[in-house]
Amino acid sequence: MRGITKRFSGVTALDNVSLTLGRGEVVALCGENGAGKSTLMKILGGVHQPDAGEIVLDGRKTQIPGVADAIKLGIAFIHQELNVLGNLDVAGNVFLGREPRNALGLINSKKIHADAEPFVRRLGLDISTRTRLDRLSIAQQQMVEIAKALSLNARLIIMDEPTSSLTVAETTRLIDLVCDLSKQGVSVIYISHRLGEIEQCADRAVVLRDGKNAGELGSDEATHDKVVSLMVGREIKNYYVHSDAPKTPGFFKVRDAFSSLYSRKTVSFDAARGEILGFAGLVGAGRSEMARAIAGMDHCPSKKITLDGKTIPIASPRDAIQHGIFLVPEDRRVEGLIVEMSVRENVSLPSLRDFSRFGLISRKRESDAARRQVDSLRIKTPTVEARVRNLSGGNQQKVVLGKWLTMNPRVMIFDEPTRGIDVGAKAEIYRLIRDLASQGAVILVISSDMEEVLNVSDRIAVMHEGEITGALDRADCNEENVMQLAVGKKVPAAKPAFKE
Amino acid sequence: MKKEIGIFILLVILCAITGFENPRFFSPINLGNTANLIGLFGIFSIGAGVVIITSGIDLSVGSMIALNGMLSVIALTQWHLAWPLAVLFALAVPMALGLAHGVLITRFKMQPFIVTLCGLLIYRGIARFSSNDMTKGFGDANGFQTLQRWATGTLWGLPTPFIYLIIISIIMWLVLHRSVYGRYLLAVGRNEEAARFSGVNTKLVIGSAYVLAGLLTGISGILFAFYTNDVSPSTQGNFYELYGIAAAVLGGCSLRGGEGSIVGILIGTTLLLVLQNLVNLLNIPSSLNFAVMGGVVLIGVLADELIQNARRKK
Repeated sequence: MRGITKRFSGVTALDNVSLTLGRGEVVALCGENGAGKSTLMKILGGVHQPDAGEIVLDGRKTQIPGVADAIKLGIAFIHQELNVLGNLDVAGNVFLGREPRNALGLINSKKIHADAEPFVRRLGLDISTRTRLDRLSIAQQQMVEIAKALSLNARLIIMDEPTSSLTVAETTRLIDLVCDLSKQGVSVIYISHRLGEIEQCADRAVVLRDGKNAGELGSDEATHDKVVSLMVGREIKNYYVHSDAPKTPGFFKVRDAFSSLYSRKTVSFDAARGEILGFAGLVGAGRSEMARAIAGMDHCPSKKITLDGKTIPIASPRDAIQHGIFLVPEDRRVEGLIVEMSVRENVSLPSLRDFSRFGLISRKRESDAARRQVDSLRIKTPTVEARVRNLSGGNQQKVVLGKWLTMNPRVMIFDEPTRGIDVGAKAEIYRLIRDLASQGAVILVISSDMEEVLNVSDRIAVMHEGEITGALDRADCNEENVMQLAVGKKVPAAKPAFKE
Repeated sequence: MKKEIGIFILLVILCAITGFENPRFFSPINLGNTANLIGLFGIFSIGAGVVIITSGIDLSVGSMIALNGMLSVIALTQWHLAWPLAVLFALAVPMALGLAHGVLITRFKMQPFIVTLCGLLIYRGIARFSSNDMTKGFGDANGFQTLQRWATGTLWGLPTPFIYLIIISIIMWLVLHRSVYGRYLLAVGRNEEAARFSGVNTKLVIGSAYVLAGLLTGISGILFAFYTNDVSPSTQGNFYELYGIAAAVLGGCSLRGGEGSIVGILIGTTLLLVLQNLVNLLNIPSSLNFAVMGGVVLIGVLADELIQNARRKK
């Protein structure tokens, strides 16, 4: 791709950007949200047309007028949100729209499974092609998408944040797969915010900033710090913030909560005021479900929650919110935000009654409150009336935060707070989390990002199959200990998560 | 606001064509009649719109109007209730039915389409059974004349149903576009899960939308009973739910929920009734009535979709 320029209603999204990729090469495409990574890839995938510049494939100038043309050229796009159908089996997904027919025009079921088999095996997937997709983990579903790409004879696979919802082990497997694909001559463009992965698997890292090429780094020089400084154009210091602010132990107590995944096992823990308690574990350990139970989203009558010495009954999200217990959910577009509504309407939704009299909303006070959050959280949006859909992931997450900071948080539960968020915004969110703790809130951070949970937390509770297997003090927090506890093994340094 | 302008332009064009082809369109009698019908249909269409905004649907409107009309007649002529009591009764029943819809939909997680479809069948059946399937009139029941004046009279030269519609529209405009409850309605329609995470009592909000629709349908039902003067249990209100849905959709309510405005619903209702009027005045065979209406709704919604797409591409 040479000299690609793309403008959207006057805004230049890409300005003279170039990207080269050799056969079998793995290139990591890095950049903050809004840097133009997705736009560039959408041009390559035939979704958008460039205003200037050219695409050269195998030495020939090529036009990619539509998605179908990209597929014909062997370009496959694996989106962050997977495009699989949960109600079809593996073979049905791989050959969706290209099903082999029998004489009657019906699907030839023998052939579809026989054809799908080699692609599934090639990826080292140990599942039947007759398994329905909704029975598979996210990681396996992703593999099925890759199998589909291979079945289309893809020569170039674009992966947009492929590991954002994978566990550590699954991520390793995916990275191995990317290496294998490149050995088989398939080129891969890999977009990720997790810089550690880039160091492991990419031949080169191409960095975009503000719609321009910001630089390129070979695999030997693509260190974490160098990539970050190219991405933001400045050095980020104090990426993680620590504090020794005074803490009040036993301020927040949870007893006998259970997650909807493991209804026979219970979770109990204490958290101190001013403390950031991390929750580590494998995906499916029941951490998000525990958070939902505490916040009143899921039915969990057995739990006993004590805040500042008082027992508080929580039967619905309303109860939790009334007591200052707020959840920043895992899937912000589904659970955290109403993306078709404006920033103003989203920020004010939980606290709407504070801006109203006799049930009628004061538009002015509502806008002022939203504007205060936009300013203090530095949310990048043209106005508070902009639809949340049009904001970048990091800014959307800040809108979710703004909702709760309009009120007075006493306990904030963050579920995967920085998933799909760029480095710059990540640092800001870490700082916000730490500020909240210093101001005397209890913070729970659920994270599958090992680096994040190790660095953000004052203490880590590790969950395994619906139970806390142990809590680690700051000094004992390391990857080894967390992993051991996460797979259900005992670790000498681990302590119980609560005192009787 | 943009969405309403397109449909408003369509309305103006239709009025101009009809008026040009047949000047009787602008005669005071015709305008008065049309205004009266807009009032009758507009009131329950607002209810239908509110339900659609919560991403639900109410198919029981027509049968409810029949049942309600029949109950009004029975309350006045057979039970000899004082007219204020009769009115209260005729409003309480549809509200209770709306509540039942709401409970079935929110507590028992049934689909609105199914619940209200069953309502459509059940209420029609009860209306016919309670009257032995015979048309019933008010006769000279006690309080009939007072009520008739309220329901079919004129005030400041305008038919009373039209005035009620204006009052209800102003109230509902405040409710939908300015109140906390209205914001919750829109939020729940857009994304129920996120609304629940934000502490909105989603079941209460959705359930109450059906009660509100019941109330508005009840008001319409009483007015219709007096408009037709006697209630024929098998035909009263037939297909009216579809008028309500068509008016709401023409006015910019999305069946996916979370979108819609009171002004839009009013323009949508007006458009539908002007179309009926057009069929009559332009000597189009009245058997084509529904076909014309269907065609215009289709074109209106299609044009809106095309305009939205064009705008998005820009």
